[in-house]
Amino acid sequence: MPNQLNDSELQLLEAISGLTGTPDGAYNIRLNGQAQSRASTQNITIEKKTDGKDGIDIRIEPNTINEKVYIPVIMDESGHSEMVYNDFYIGENADVTIIAGCGINNCGSHDSQHDGIHTFYIGKNAKVKYVEKHFGEGGGTGSRIMNPTTVVNIAENGLMEMESTQIRGINSTKRITNARIDKNGTFIVKEKLLTHESQYAESDFEVNLDGENSSANVVSRAVAQDRSQQLFTAKIYGNNKCHGHSECDAIIMDDAHIAAVPEIRANNPEANLIHEAAIGKIAGEQLIKLMSLGLTEKEAEQHIIDGFLK
Amino acid sequence: MLTLKNLSFAIDDENGHKDILKNINLTINEKKTVVITGPNGGGKSTLAKIIMGIEKPTAGQILFNGEDITDWDITQRAQAGISFAFQQPVRFKGIDVKKLLSLAAGSELNCHKQVCEYLSEVGLCAADYIGRDVDTSLSGGEIKRIEIATILAKKNTKLAIFDEPEAGIDLWSFQKLIQVFEKMHKTHNTILIISHQERILNIADEIILIADGHVEQIGTKEEIIPRLVSVAGSCDIYKGVNN
Repeated sequence: MPNQLNDSELQLLEAISGLTGTPDGAYNIRLNGQAQSRASTQNITIEKKTDGKDGIDIRIEPNTINEKVYIPVIMDESGHSEMVYNDFYIGENADVTIIAGCGINNCGSHDSQHDGIHTFYIGKNAKVKYVEKHFGEGGGTGSRIMNPTTVVNIAENGLMEMESTQIRGINSTKRITNARIDKNGTFIVKEKLLTHESQYAESDFEVNLDGENSSANVVSRAVAQDRSQQLFTAKIYGNNKCHGHSECDAIIMDDAHIAAVPEIRANNPEANLIHEAAIGKIAGEQLIKLMSLGLTEKEAEQHIIDGFLK
Repeated sequence: MLTLKNLSFAIDDENGHKDILKNINLTINEKKTVVITGPNGGGKSTLAKIIMGIEKPTAGQILFNGEDITDWDITQRAQAGISFAFQQPVRFKGIDVKKLLSLAAGSELNCHKQVCEYLSEVGLCAADYIGRDVDTSLSGGEIKRIEIATILAKKNTKLAIFDEPEAGIDLWSFQKLIQVFEKMHKTHNTILIISHQERILNIADEIILIADGHVEQIGTKEEIIPRLVSVAGSCDIYKGVNN
């Protein structure tokens, strides 16, 4: 139960999942490499993997509607490092929300690292909203590192909407998302990223639009401050009659570096693919407008960034 | 309320030295509606930007309520009561209409009623706009009206500057715009409008004609309008609503 967590762990839990108590629905709370608590429901089963890998299998029965699954990961043991495999089997016609996320509090001198591979098998006509928040804190010299990989398989008429957020706190991340979309399937991604100090973030999408009338929309909003570095790569391959769109919109500040490498490849004459990428500093007129309303330059800057990453 | 003393502005670029404003001396009196008009390129918008602190004068002095604000930045002037509606309003990704009006008001506008009041004054239905981002999805006319609503929402305005408020606004909204100025005038705000529009010139207590970087004439509409036609390049500056 979450109430067995200490105060700082509870704060981390709330920051990444919004939870302030025992979740309503199925859940698995992972603390420093162990299942701190777990619960299944009639329609959603969460079980420890039996193939020797560290992780869980989440099975959602067909026709499960409007249910939630929480699988937050909390780490506050400096030096803890883990590789976790979580597999999601979403039954046909289901409509569920999955709230993942990882919070690291590292007050020590050793690096804390969470690597996770989440694999989704989304059944026919099923809808999944997947929310993933990454958060780091702690005054130690050890780094906070997260490398999430998301593998998505969407069956006919299936839909996945993925919201991925990392605002400050993570020293290094390499996030990989690979998706395959079947007939009439839809994959929507909204990624929000803010790096600062000397952080490094890499986000790499590869989407294969395999099925007829499949579609994908990958949208990334990123802010890089101080000396931080970001690399955004989006590859969208149209292998059938399909629609694909990727957009990377980034604000660069201070001495940061951002690279955006969009790639679209049509392997079918009826593939319709678009990519957009824009990197620039905050427009001077935006600052001037907000300052003319009475805000200081710093306040104006903060409101512009907050809005951009809203 | 506002005094400009020997104000000049020049630029030096690859084309050499150019004087934009030459030794401007002006006084804008309290609670007056003053319209600055004149040919394109005559320095009107530059003058408005200098008063807001967006541009720095190369010489001269600006006094606001007796205080020398020449070296004040935009924020200081805004907090002292100067407001500015841009000729080409700025667009923001992710800042919605309610948020922008809240920033203007200096506190979060929670109820629809407050936001509705400002939007309806500029002829917009709050229900359609309150949650919309102030971005490229808005038309030129819509964003222009929202820009004017930010001036209405800003609390401590003593001097409101409007840089060509009529640009991009349709006929119906234009009538609303005139009402906005009339209402502000009644509530004892000092208003400074850069405009070419006859109907805006009509509501002015005083008109200042600026051409070629200097003040050609200051006077009433009756005194200024005949003069406009004699100013070089002025054939497009005194135009009706439908032009």
